[in-house]
Parts: sequence; C-alpha cells; structure tokens
Amino acid sequence: MAEVLFFLAAALAIGTALAIVLVQNPFYSVLALILNLIALAILFLLLNAEFLAAAQVVVYAGAVMVLYIFVTAYVGGSDQPVIPEGGVLRTIAPFFAAAIFIELSIAIVGSGLTMLDSSGAEISAGFGSPAQIGELLLSRFLVPFEAASYLLLITAVGAIVLAQRRRGLEEAEL
Amino acid sequence: MSITWFVVLSAVLFAIGLFGVMTRRSPLVILLCLELMLNAGNLALIAFARGHGNADGQVFALIVMVVAACEVVVGLGLIVAMYRRRMPIDADAASELRG
Repeated sequence: MAEVLFFLAAALAIGTALAIVLVQNPFYSVLALILNLIALAILFLLLNAEFLAAAQVVVYAGAVMVLYIFVTAYVGGSDQPVIPEGGVLRTIAPFFAAAIFIELSIAIVGSGLTMLDSSGAEISAGFGSPAQIGELLLSRFLVPFEAASYLLLITAVGAIVLAQRRRGLEEAEL
Repeated sequence: MSITWFVVLSAVLFAIGLFGVMTRRSPLVILLCLELMLNAGNLALIAFARGHGNADGQVFALIVMVVAACEVVVGLGLIVAMYRRRMPIDADAASELRG
C-alpha cells in the first residue's frame, strides 16, 4: 500500500515540477506548484510527519499560494518563449542540472549509511504529532522559534514598504 | 519503503528546480522554481528525520517553511514594485546593478 502511494505521489510531484518549468503561462505554473505541494504533503505523511503535512497543505498550498495567484493576476502573464534563445547559462543549464542530480545520487548511494536502506528507525507512537513538534519548538528550539517570529514581522513590514506607492519616484519616472 | 527512494526523489525535484531557475526569465517563475528547490530540501530533511527516528529534522523543515514564506513575500513585493515603476517583468532586463 505504502509503495503504491509513494509511486503515485512521486509521479505527481515530478510531473507537476516539470510543468512548473515548462509551461508558458505563469498562472498554470502556480497551479502546478499547488499540486506539487499537495503531492509532497502525501510523501510527508508516508514519512510519519503528520503535523508538517497538515502545515504544508494549510499554510503553503493554502495561504502562500493565494499570494502568488493574486500577484500573477495583477502583473499578468508574459509572452516570452519558455526557454529563450542565447546565453551561456541557458545552454549549459540542462547539463548542469543533470550533473547536480548525478552528483547527489552518487553522494546518497555512496554514503554507506545503513539507515538509508531501511524503512526508518523504530519510532514511538507520537512521532511527528503536533504535540511532539510543539513541545520541541517551545523547549529545545525556543531560540530559532523566536527568531522565526521576528523574521516574519520584519518581512511583513518590509513587504509593505517595498510594494507601497511612492509618489516621488513615480513622478520622477514621468 | 526504503528511505533512499525519498532522498533520490528530492534530488530529482531539486535538479528540476535548478534547471528552471537557470533558464526561465520571468521573476515570478524563478520564485516558483526556488520554492520547488526549498521543498525538495524539506523532503530530504523529513526523510532523514524518519530514518533516524528523531523529530529534530521536522522542526528544521518547519523553520525552512517559515523562511520560504518570508522569501516569497519579499520577492513578490519586489515584483509588484517593478510593475508599478513600469519596468519590464524580466530578470534579464533588471541588470542596472551589474558591475
């Protein structure tokens, strides 16, 4: 059962990832990313990360992607070709991506970690539950948790400053 | 289900995202591909957390999600600012700061 679910979710994840990169209209790319995030949430569930799977769907596929959809609708699609001509970077990009994948695979397979060939260590009943993650966040990882909240606050202020209408600048443009 | 499958899948997704970042010109799609790469990293973190039976990796993945959300908000703010100033929405055209 787990195998079937894994291969279905993996096929969906790879297919939607290719769609994000290769589709012309940015709006369809955003929709493909939402499907990709949901496929990843299924994989998280297979890895006993229940809280993260829920957070992935609610926070990421729900809230963050709404922001994307609004900005895409506001800015509008582009008529550029998917893979524009010219540029050394674009010519070597497929080889570079393939090289990164092969290198990562060699590193994973060659690492010799016995953990990789197993289906995971023995876990207790509450592994990955909201209770366990919450307890870790408020005890061992309290400082990163507080830093993340400050980061969110600074980002919210920064986004408002970046996107606000600046009268002086726009008049200077005209 | 061996953990290797999950980690190799995350490597595939990372490589696809990298290809997108290097080839696409629209900053919006580049941000989407960055999301893809960050999520590939998250998948690897959670797979290793399961492999070791230790939930610390899941907390790390949660913090990565927070940082990714911040990155998206600032990136989209920049794109809206570019649109307001009637600059072309094209990563190649925004080269004023190039040395």
